[in-house]
Amino acid sequence: MARAEIIEICTGDDEKLLEISKKGLLSLTLDEMKRIQKYFLKIGRNPTDLELEMIAQTWSEHCFHKLFKSKIEFTEVNGQTAKPVTHIIPSMFSMIRQVTENLKKNWCVSVFKDNAGIINFDDTNCVCFKVETHNHPSALEPYGGAGTGIGGVIRDILGAGLGAKPILNTDVFCFGPLDFPHENLDPGIFHPKRLFKGVVSGVRDYGNRMGIPTANGAILFDPGYLYNILVYCGTVGIMPQWAVEKKVEPGHLIVVIGGKTGRDGIHGATFSSASLEKDIPTSVVQIGNPIIEKKVLDALMIARDRKLYSAITDCGAGGLSSAVGELAQHCGAEVHLENVPLKYQDLKPWEIWVSESQERMVLAVPSEKFDQLKKVLEDEDVEYACIGKFTSTKKIKIYHQNDIVGELDLRWLFQKTELPVQKAYYEERKMADIIPENINVEEVLLQLLADPVIASKEIVVRQYDHEVQSHTIVKPFSGIDGKGPSDAVVIAPVYGSYRGIVVACGINPWYGKVDPYLMAGCCIDEAMRNIVACGGDPEKTAVLDNFCWGKCDDPVELGKLVKCVQGCRDFALAYKVPFISGKDSLNNFYTKEDGSIVSIPGTLLISAISVIDDVRETTSSDLKESGNHIYILGETRRHLGGSRLLNLLNFEAGQCPVPEPELTLKIMKNLHRAIKQGLVKSCHDCSEGGMAVAISEMMIGSGYGTEIYLENVAERTDEPVVLLFSESQGRFIVEVDQAHIDKFEKIFKNLPCRRIGRVTPDFRLKIFYKGKNLLEIDGELMKKTWCGVLSW
Amino acid sequence: MVKVLILRTGGTNCDLETEWACKLAGAKPSRIHISRITEGKVKLLDFDVLIIPGGFSYGDDLGAGKVLANELILKAKDEITLFREKKRPIIGICNGFQVLVKAGLLPFKDQYVASLVWNDSGRFEDRWVYLRVEQSISPFFKNLPEIIRFPVAHAEGKFVVKNDRVLKKIENNSQIVLRYVNAAGEIADYPYNPNGSIAGIAGICDEKGLIVGMMPHPERALLKIHEPDWHRNETDDVFSFGYQFFKNVIEYCS
Repeated sequence: MARAEIIEICTGDDEKLLEISKKGLLSLTLDEMKRIQKYFLKIGRNPTDLELEMIAQTWSEHCFHKLFKSKIEFTEVNGQTAKPVTHIIPSMFSMIRQVTENLKKNWCVSVFKDNAGIINFDDTNCVCFKVETHNHPSALEPYGGAGTGIGGVIRDILGAGLGAKPILNTDVFCFGPLDFPHENLDPGIFHPKRLFKGVVSGVRDYGNRMGIPTANGAILFDPGYLYNILVYCGTVGIMPQWAVEKKVEPGHLIVVIGGKTGRDGIHGATFSSASLEKDIPTSVVQIGNPIIEKKVLDALMIARDRKLYSAITDCGAGGLSSAVGELAQHCGAEVHLENVPLKYQDLKPWEIWVSESQERMVLAVPSEKFDQLKKVLEDEDVEYACIGKFTSTKKIKIYHQNDIVGELDLRWLFQKTELPVQKAYYEERKMADIIPENINVEEVLLQLLADPVIASKEIVVRQYDHEVQSHTIVKPFSGIDGKGPSDAVVIAPVYGSYRGIVVACGINPWYGKVDPYLMAGCCIDEAMRNIVACGGDPEKTAVLDNFCWGKCDDPVELGKLVKCVQGCRDFALAYKVPFISGKDSLNNFYTKEDGSIVSIPGTLLISAISVIDDVRETTSSDLKESGNHIYILGETRRHLGGSRLLNLLNFEAGQCPVPEPELTLKIMKNLHRAIKQGLVKSCHDCSEGGMAVAISEMMIGSGYGTEIYLENVAERTDEPVVLLFSESQGRFIVEVDQAHIDKFEKIFKNLPCRRIGRVTPDFRLKIFYKGKNLLEIDGELMKKTWCGVLSW
Repeated sequence: MVKVLILRTGGTNCDLETEWACKLAGAKPSRIHISRITEGKVKLLDFDVLIIPGGFSYGDDLGAGKVLANELILKAKDEITLFREKKRPIIGICNGFQVLVKAGLLPFKDQYVASLVWNDSGRFEDRWVYLRVEQSISPFFKNLPEIIRFPVAHAEGKFVVKNDRVLKKIENNSQIVLRYVNAAGEIADYPYNPNGSIAGIAGICDEKGLIVGMMPHPERALLKIHEPDWHRNETDDVFSFGYQFFKNVIEYCS
């Protein structure tokens, strides 16, 4: 029968301590091993394997976010100061948090403490939003890794407050180029196409079976993601306002419900903080079963509304160890591992404790409610077991059969410790303006429409059930034959009510290659643009940050991250959008067999959610009627750095877009008013590919053509290539009919709002520049090009 | 008030919107887990309508709808038979259609001569389709224009029959309720026919017209703002075609 092993550490020297950490895949540093040694010397015994595992899991980067909480000694060289300036940053996390604290939005209900950020929705409900990453598992086992990624974030929502009902899934993926030559792949690396199909299928099968619409996201392709792909999964939930707070009390029973526990996903928490390399065991990847999770969801909604439990959390990274540990943190717990339902026998106690087997939730149940809870779970065919109770000892005591296999002081385990000061270095790259000359704008526009980053993702999106639950009011695709791309998704989550949420995202690693600080601003601007273009309210918008970064013990990589976090802070304050939740996934790098290291391009995903009064006061991106006028809002400047145009021409340089929060926020507020008042026939934001691509996409959804007079686009007219393809932020293309142009123009008095052309009956794009016919392309060709890129 | 039993089990996921649709149509719906019926705690015959909604019952693990179909005919056979004989409507939507076919309730009682198999595309697909309302013996498709739109969202929706005789018989009996067509109302290929169903068949009924199964989702087309291009069509109408379908079913019972 399986027993706990004693690990001899009290007598170990530094070398021995590190060896123990390495051999056990614990990812513990020497300092941490020494703290553990000190603790056990004090209590006069050696730890069990289970105790070491629990400590490693609790202190893992994944669960504790050490780097984001660390002091940073930041050295910066920028244009103004020729010589390096060094200052101490209290922590990156505090920078993000500061935004929300300063903005004091009264509709933020619970931020940065629960499993998800919670905001007010209506008089009786809140909505919550969480975005997670599952990068390493998806790289090793794309289908399973991505599926359990979405399964995991759904459980975050089930475990937010006393549990929310999931109403929307979002997903954002970053892959290497799908046409990458097989022969150039390194050993141990899956081809991007295989990863792409595996990841999409994993999210599709899990999300669809859960009955949650997957209706917003993005897919990016860049050689920087060949070795480490990125898989972001998000879920939005709705919950009654009374269900926001959880409460654990001594005497409450610890009840685990849902899936059985097996050996899958062991060391997920610790492994996610390590480098990927050839031959990592796939046992670190969990095995998912959406139908079990769906049954858990059905049962939980009934049990929650009957108030049969007082606290809940999900078993994610670190399994029971993390779930029970967190719930017991301020009181204590006694656990009997032999009661945990197993997939098969002979698991060692520590394996049961840290296994990341899926579809499990842990509940704190007042003993008098247990019988009623049992009834609900049995009626819904959900497995459960009472595995112990919460105590007031401030200790966690773990039994297996009759042995004590672990006993730890929770205050010590969770106590804040002086984290080592991290060093970061950043040197500003001075980028010369690059304006490509004598290029054929017709060819370039068609090439941009065929750029996988820009091209239609319909082949993927239609594999997701994006309207189950019948809440989806603006769907991922709109227009005459469902080909026009939507900027955001609009959901009316309460049957019979028109109140809704708008959800969108912003992501652009190419700006980050030039300037991670400005990238943060652009991602926030883009997420908000998408929200507002659809009818969302910029003043009732909250955002989430998800950082995926490379090898962060390299001061240069960390320096870029620090700049990106500073950008998040400064621009979120300027746009007045609070952060309600966030997550960092660091160490997305690959160690080649020759020892060389490949880091991903630092990538920030900003997800945004906005609450609106009436989902009927929205608009779509497809042009509505020939004869209508076309406007551009916002300033077009020489912002080609990091643009799709320069990527196409293989320049990694140029001035990347500089957001103008003050101006843009004014434009957004007024655009929101105009859409609310029904003055806007269609609206689309300018993002990748600039104005030319934005107008093309509006045509594709409509079958109408356009006539654009380029010299009217900007105040000081510039080279056509800039006006067409610059990716300046804060810009919208708006269609207004003759009857409303006066009202519309009045709203934008003293703001950059220029009439640039008209909608025409024939399906052709015609662009004139100073009286000359600059560009003319057949709409069918544009449509065929844009729709025909991604294949399955 | 018309009482509707919305049958659910592990993996059912369109039960809530179907419940709402029934309420809008003026009925009193209850979402009931299959186990309550097999345990005898809930009597099917206490209800006027049985709806088997969409989803992935039991994960569709042995083929879409198969396990729930077996459960129905092995554990609730008598109740289902009586329910039929009493001429009470049984509606299967998406996964529910798959259940009815695999339970031998469609197209002909206890004859397993048709099935729903993998889409020609080999993929799950969610898209809005044009549907032609056929002249059928089912009373649930009145007051609808000839061409309507519902969304489909399935991977195993290709309707196939054992042989031409079966198809002829279904056609001659006017048991076809909905066909996939193009905007002009003609039978057409993918994507108008999203799964490759024979003769564009999207929904059928039994010989009495009271057991109806369809792959498209009327409960996702209740309101004008459910339509994917509603921003293009300014109208004061609130309701869309799916609402009328549920109204027809409820009115038939009252």
